[in-house]
Amino acid sequence: MAASNPELEADCIRRILAGEKHLFHELIRPCERGVYLMLLGLLRNEAEAEDAAQDTAIKVFQNLHNFRGDSQFRTWVLSIARNEGLGRLRKQATRREDSLEADTDEQTGDYTPAILTSWREIPSEALQRKELGAMLRAAIDELPPIYRNVVLLRDIEEMDVRETAAVLGIADGAVKVRLHRARALLQKHLAPQLRGFAPERKGLFGWGK
Amino acid sequence: MRIDCKHVWQHISAYIDAEVDAELRSDIDRHLETCEICSAVLDSTRNIVVLMADDRVFELPAGFSQRLHARLDKELELSGP
Repeated sequence: MAASNPELEADCIRRILAGEKHLFHELIRPCERGVYLMLLGLLRNEAEAEDAAQDTAIKVFQNLHNFRGDSQFRTWVLSIARNEGLGRLRKQATRREDSLEADTDEQTGDYTPAILTSWREIPSEALQRKELGAMLRAAIDELPPIYRNVVLLRDIEEMDVRETAAVLGIADGAVKVRLHRARALLQKHLAPQLRGFAPERKGLFGWGK
Repeated sequence: MRIDCKHVWQHISAYIDAEVDAELRSDIDRHLETCEICSAVLDSTRNIVVLMADDRVFELPAGFSQRLHARLDKELELSGP
């Protein structure tokens, strides 16, 4: 995640609005990944997310004069991405409530984590393997939408709680609750699968050893 | 205070993000010292959080950025002086 510098951004925006349009490329670049992930989380389809990301970038450009600087630029951009994504979902299928914000924080009570003591370390060579990424993406894809969005912004794009809350239009507390549940679901789902990536270690197999 | 496993699981995410207060943190730490199960749950959850933040795990589609900027170029041209 690129760190943003509000003053540089503000200066860049002024210059773009004054006619140096080519600077827009650099302005939007640090937001690209977040925009794509946000849209992928909503739309769950890579091609559609990419198309929506392009439309988002164009809308940001067209509406740049409306940016007031009372939020971070990236937060504003991600809100536009989110609206773009939600708009597409509404068009796609009004009855697919699942894809809109139908889930509530009330659902899912207690959870029991996957209890495995063999997977304790991150095998760095495993990061190179494609399957690992695919496994993580699939697990995230299966999360209920309200959890998926929070995970994408907080854990993958590494935004802080405040910014995540601002982008999603929810309270800080709701971000934390959803993140907790999302991580718990991912742990439960992934720990048994990822066990295969752990180096063999004697004495740490299964619980109770 | 002694806390049970369920109590620890409830706070795992906040614990990883260093958002639990000092008292709860030391309660959890004390529990983890003796509970193999909870420390495994904590480690695996933390591993997943670390993996998700790794750019190699979540790559943008190949050519994503080039296509985006090519489309922007067209748009910037169209938008007049």
